[in-house]
Amino acid sequence: MTKLPTHTEKKLGLVIDLDTCVGCHACVTSCKGWNTQNYGAPLSDIDAYGADPEGTFLNRVFNYEVAPADGGSSQTVHFPKSCLHCEDAPCVTVCPTGASYKRVSDGIVLVNEDRCMGCGLCAWACPYGARELDYDAGIMKKCTLCVDRIYNENIPEEDRVPACVRTCPAGARHFGDLGDPESDVSQLVAERGGMDLMPEQGTKPVNKYLPPRPKDTLDKQPPKALETVADEAKGFLGWLDKALEKL
Amino acid sequence: MHPAPSVIIFTSISGLGFGFFIWLGLGIPDLYGWEAFAAFFVAYALSVGGLLASVFHLANKKNVIYSFSQWQTSWLSREGVLSVIALLAFAVFAIGRIFFGTDLPVFGYIGSALALLTVFATSMIYTQLKTVPRWNMPINPVLFLLYAISGGAILATAGGALSGAVAGVLILVLTALQLAGWMMGDKRLAESGSTKGTATGLNTIGQVRLFESAHTSRNYILDEMVHMIGRKHAQKLRMIAVAAIGVVPVVLLLLLPPSIIVTLVALASHLIGVLAARWLFFAEAEHVVGLYYNRG
Repeated sequence: MTKLPTHTEKKLGLVIDLDTCVGCHACVTSCKGWNTQNYGAPLSDIDAYGADPEGTFLNRVFNYEVAPADGGSSQTVHFPKSCLHCEDAPCVTVCPTGASYKRVSDGIVLVNEDRCMGCGLCAWACPYGARELDYDAGIMKKCTLCVDRIYNENIPEEDRVPACVRTCPAGARHFGDLGDPESDVSQLVAERGGMDLMPEQGTKPVNKYLPPRPKDTLDKQPPKALETVADEAKGFLGWLDKALEKL
Repeated sequence: MHPAPSVIIFTSISGLGFGFFIWLGLGIPDLYGWEAFAAFFVAYALSVGGLLASVFHLANKKNVIYSFSQWQTSWLSREGVLSVIALLAFAVFAIGRIFFGTDLPVFGYIGSALALLTVFATSMIYTQLKTVPRWNMPINPVLFLLYAISGGAILATAGGALSGAVAGVLILVLTALQLAGWMMGDKRLAESGSTKGTATGLNTIGQVRLFESAHTSRNYILDEMVHMIGRKHAQKLRMIAVAAIGVVPVVLLLLLPPSIIVTLVALASHLIGVLAARWLFFAEAEHVVGLYYNRG
């Protein structure tokens, strides 16, 4: 049943550091690679080498320009976006077939591809654009938090995190249990003021975003002019100054 | 939102079919034998035809049977279940009237109630979505129900069983409420409180603008939820829809003596209007995901 669980034992999710992300799209590529070769239907590309290529991705990186209200200089923010594994996931309850579900054991939101009929209503219900229907398979695809990696005892322990986290060269992506206040990710969120996307939608996202740190303000307070250390020249230079003025 | 023909036809035609069923179940018109066969044939053709059109919207049709399973949480599932039960109740009612000349009013009343609930469930598929503020308002279910009832009323005037005045007044109310719905809908995105700032959480820093999209080509999200084409003609289409839904049928039904020709012409005009209004219902609806793409 596509009822949401009242409680999940864990709240596994991602913490994305908007201050550290360099916008390299490595997480996008590694996500596409892993999720095309493993769990579920592959993420297809349509007309990949043609004039109008498009494809299915579970993670995409936007870039925004933010202009401060006080007129200071703008900054660009690299903004990775994938499923936020919401506690109150609207995509789950709208599903008519029972394909969408949220796991009680770890809170991950998944799609049972054997039941999905490709109606797309879950993608309509998601405010974040986190679900994409694969045009080739006719099945709804979404981030699985790499369920086939994080519990996989056949791969080295350091690889048992989502592919995007493992590959991020900037250390901008963190994975852990956001339901445990003592976990590294929870402490990071508390320390850096981690935020929800579109909180007014009432979805209670598990994934958190760390806002960019405040920019330094050098450009608003230019360094003071150097103090004058000698008003009048003395000695030979003083005589020269006076002599030249008399000419 | 993408105005897919399959979904526009589904909501318009099945709504009209179930609307006619609502009247038939109440014994308006009160038909038996071949006449009853003709009436129920029309009602079944419209409602089942509309439901079949919706199946064309599915990308993985082989799993459609599972869509009857999640009636506890999903309005789409509820709509499927209710429509099947309604059609079964009317099957008993219709067989009694067509083949045995007997009226089984209990099945008629139950069927009418179920048909009403089916249309309500259809409307809730859209109304429940907080992500589409223009759909997420209480007037939308009222409109869906009024579209069905007044469309059905036009059909019910065919043999003179229902006076043109009743159908005319229903259509006038519908047209007025549709105009109100459009005006309310125009403010809904702003009222939702969602902005580029809340979508990115960067409103604490300042004004947010898309600098570079995540992808240069189109994708499913843009195809389905960030439809922009045709909105510039929205005002003209609204006027055309109002004339076709309301003005023309009301003039025909109130001023001319009842006949099958009047009914058919009024119905044709009304149906064209409904299709235009339903196209606008999708094409004008802004999804909050567009905020990530510098839309809205």
